[in-house]
Amino acid sequence: MQRIGVFICHCGTNIAATVDVKAVAEALSHEPGVVFSTDYQYMCSESGQTLMREAIREHKLTGVVVCSCSPRMHEATFRKAAEKEGLNPYMVEIANIREQVSWIHKDMKEATEKAVILGRAAIAKVHLNKPLKAGESPVTKRALVIGGGIAGIQTALDIAEAGFEVDIVEKEPTIGGKMAQIDKTFPTLDCAAYILTPKMVDVAQNEKIKIFSYSEVEAVKGFVGNFKVSIRKKARYVIEDKCTGCGLCTEKCPQKKVPNPFNMNLDTRRAIYIPFAQAVPKVAAIDADYCTMLKTGKCGVCSKICAAGAIDYQQKDEIVEREYGAIVAATGFNPLKPDKYNEYGYSTCPDVVTSLELERLMNAAGPTAGTLLRPSDKTHPHTLVFVQCVGSRCDAENEKGKPYCSKICCMYTAKHAMLIREKYPDTEVYVFYIDVRTPGKNFDEFYRRAVEQYGVHYIKGQVGKVVEENGKLKVQASDLLSGEQLHIDADMVVLATAVEPDKSARGIATMLTASMDTNDFFTEAHAKLRPVESPTAGIFLSGVCQGPKDIPETVSQASAAAAKVIGLLAKDKLTCNPCVANSDEMLCNGCSSCEKVCPYGAITYSDKEFRGPNRTTLIRRVASVNEAVCQGCGACTVACPSGAMDLKGFSNRQIMAEVDAICKM
Amino acid sequence: MQKMMEKRALELLGDGTVNRVLGWSAGDFIYDVTPAVFKTAEEVQDKFLYNDFCGANLSKYLVKESRKEGKILVFLKPCDTYSFNQLIAEHRIIRENIYAIGVECFGKADEEKLRAKGITGITGIEMKDGTYTVHTVYGDETVKAYEVMADRCLSCKSKKHVAYDELLGSEGEVVEDCNRFDMVEKLEAMTPDERYEFWRGELSRCIRCNACRNICPACTCEQCVFDNPNSGVSQKAAVNSFEENMFHIIRAFHVAGRCTDCGECSRVCPQHIPLHLLNRKFIKDVNTFYGEYQAGENPEAKPPLGKYEKNDIEPGEAGGAKA
Repeated sequence: MQRIGVFICHCGTNIAATVDVKAVAEALSHEPGVVFSTDYQYMCSESGQTLMREAIREHKLTGVVVCSCSPRMHEATFRKAAEKEGLNPYMVEIANIREQVSWIHKDMKEATEKAVILGRAAIAKVHLNKPLKAGESPVTKRALVIGGGIAGIQTALDIAEAGFEVDIVEKEPTIGGKMAQIDKTFPTLDCAAYILTPKMVDVAQNEKIKIFSYSEVEAVKGFVGNFKVSIRKKARYVIEDKCTGCGLCTEKCPQKKVPNPFNMNLDTRRAIYIPFAQAVPKVAAIDADYCTMLKTGKCGVCSKICAAGAIDYQQKDEIVEREYGAIVAATGFNPLKPDKYNEYGYSTCPDVVTSLELERLMNAAGPTAGTLLRPSDKTHPHTLVFVQCVGSRCDAENEKGKPYCSKICCMYTAKHAMLIREKYPDTEVYVFYIDVRTPGKNFDEFYRRAVEQYGVHYIKGQVGKVVEENGKLKVQASDLLSGEQLHIDADMVVLATAVEPDKSARGIATMLTASMDTNDFFTEAHAKLRPVESPTAGIFLSGVCQGPKDIPETVSQASAAAAKVIGLLAKDKLTCNPCVANSDEMLCNGCSSCEKVCPYGAITYSDKEFRGPNRTTLIRRVASVNEAVCQGCGACTVACPSGAMDLKGFSNRQIMAEVDAICKM
Repeated sequence: MQKMMEKRALELLGDGTVNRVLGWSAGDFIYDVTPAVFKTAEEVQDKFLYNDFCGANLSKYLVKESRKEGKILVFLKPCDTYSFNQLIAEHRIIRENIYAIGVECFGKADEEKLRAKGITGITGIEMKDGTYTVHTVYGDETVKAYEVMADRCLSCKSKKHVAYDELLGSEGEVVEDCNRFDMVEKLEAMTPDERYEFWRGELSRCIRCNACRNICPACTCEQCVFDNPNSGVSQKAAVNSFEENMFHIIRAFHVAGRCTDCGECSRVCPQHIPLHLLNRKFIKDVNTFYGEYQAGENPEAKPPLGKYEKNDIEPGEAGGAKA
């Protein structure tokens, strides 16, 4: 029989306000095996831990149950404390009476009853706990960064700076991401290219960094410290090592009518292209959807003029296998396409554009060489209307948009308005907003400058309708402060569309077994205290893939993620989780069900000799688990039909004992 | 057919290709057919039997037999070949030690249905053009095959042999329109309360004879969880009749995705519980949520419940019981 001590934490008033902690301690003191039961204000505090350690000593405890917050918070704390008293750390169990009880119940009687039940379940489990010993696993000293935007670039540079190898996998032919498309940046109005491209060059020149451009992550295996990743290098039909980036092919290619996504499809490029002048790597790629040679076999102009002989029409996708110790998701975002918002006429009127399209129309390297012209007739616009929150801050039921604030639109719209008024003083600029949100260093000053110094008309209210009439955009809107209906004849309308996570993120999250929220943003391990780590060990988050952010925030978070990666890669060994699977050979059928579901490849089979009846021997095929590779996910234990596979620390019997304890009430 | 099978068995025994034959022999009555292993030519000549009562699926016997010394000859009906393949996929039988001969099957007769028709004292049966001629001690009787055929044969999913070394007769074809999920659909249309009543009614007859488990080709565990005192469930099933009913639910979960729908569980149930319906519900759900899948059709195929794909259905999308 175990000698179990039970410790009920008040968590200040977090638990004690809803759960009668004294009653729980009293009720649990009568459970079989419980020799000590008490409550304390903060069990995780130094004095709380001392209380626990003294009790272990005095009462010769063999098992401990702490009724407190989620084990994610303090399981490690309590295990360490128990270990200092010579108790095996895996003899400590947590009953979560905060997240699972006090925070979700209002009625004290109900909450107290549930706390007792969860306590009983933990006690029932401790009775079956066995001391476990953790092993060690090595760390591959290389990191993978998925996504080569400013977030991925900064993370990679910082990791490389610390002396570790980094690979960047970028699905486009160049790194740079969204920032490369932006014209100027708030609140200082420096040119995005001017500050980004030197960093891109740094990446290219850094010996520790390898760029897999035009590539995607195909599969991820392994675990923290030991990931094995398959990277698909998509065929670009140009040999990377040979191409000098001279760009001659991109001028001579006869296929001129290819939409140019870098310029938001506002102009065209050739079938062979370099996305923009400062691309890294500066290597051309052929768009197979448009290339006449690849489609019909007749052309070959680029191949003929390429002095370097870099064109290879036969190129195939290539899979590269690489090993990593840590992985950073930096998959970024896209602006929401507002084609569902018929009221703003985006799909029908070419002069209704999104903010990112406007960035290109104002950019010196853009389709208009930096002169702001209406897309429809290339004339100078005099009246511009900006609409805020298109697809942001929507009701949960609204399927067109997102419930969250996209955070960056208020600032970039103020920037757009200001830049237009500065360059074209003959314009009138209106901004329709719900709220203007400008927290951030020098942000509100920036917005006020737009209003006070540049005379931008800020109107609290939403635009109801935009229709095109005789070359003008008739904008109907309401001014909520004056209560008036407004009719504005505009030349251009700019929609500040919501930020949405890149479509590839969900697939990547699945491969990484990293969790996501309902909006497909990656979830952090702790919203406040572990914002750059995913709940999956060894997976880190950088940039907008975790939530909307502006550039300075993205860069800070990218460096923070890098710091976490460096901390991990600096270690030579990682302590393994001892809660791993093991197979009972006497029960194993050798059916391979476990092997098939194991995501880590930890299970192997071999033929073994067993004693049969009447002094015979039987050869049976049985499973064995490589404990250094097993991550204790438990998939095999449920796949096993005979119950031969079990998980240490979470055995079927332990779980059933918990269920029984709960059902006894 | 019996003559041809006997001839091949004698030849293969004679030339040493195999040292045993797995087939059927008659019990006390001609319809009371039982699987049997024959070791000599004499035994084959004496006792080997193949008729329209030979419904038993022989593949499960190979779990033990294929581990013995020498090769064994087995006769497999089309539906048995699916179980055979599934057992190969699960590494439960050793293919190299088996010589499999596929035999045609047009559906097996149900002795109880014959008896219900007033046909007793049966001494033999023959089928021709969809009609059984039943020899009895009172003279011959004829009856339309579909009237007395086993239920599982009336909704036969496939007359195709998916595994064999040799065929006697044609390879056969998959039955496209077998309507085997009709009853499952009826059960799905019920309210949860109605369904609960239906199953309580059926399962309350269970006497826990374990015949369903012992016959099931998917139930080949070295030790069944219900026989394992450490599993924590073996004794639970004896607590009360409701817990006992859970035996069948648990068993259905254990064979989910692996059950080939051979129908042996319902055939051997002395209490006539339609156990196969539990398995068919799983098969139908697997088909709906993961695409058409027939366990045992291809031993190389990855089982839908044992693999993961990115476009797999999310648990929330599958929906629960209709409230």
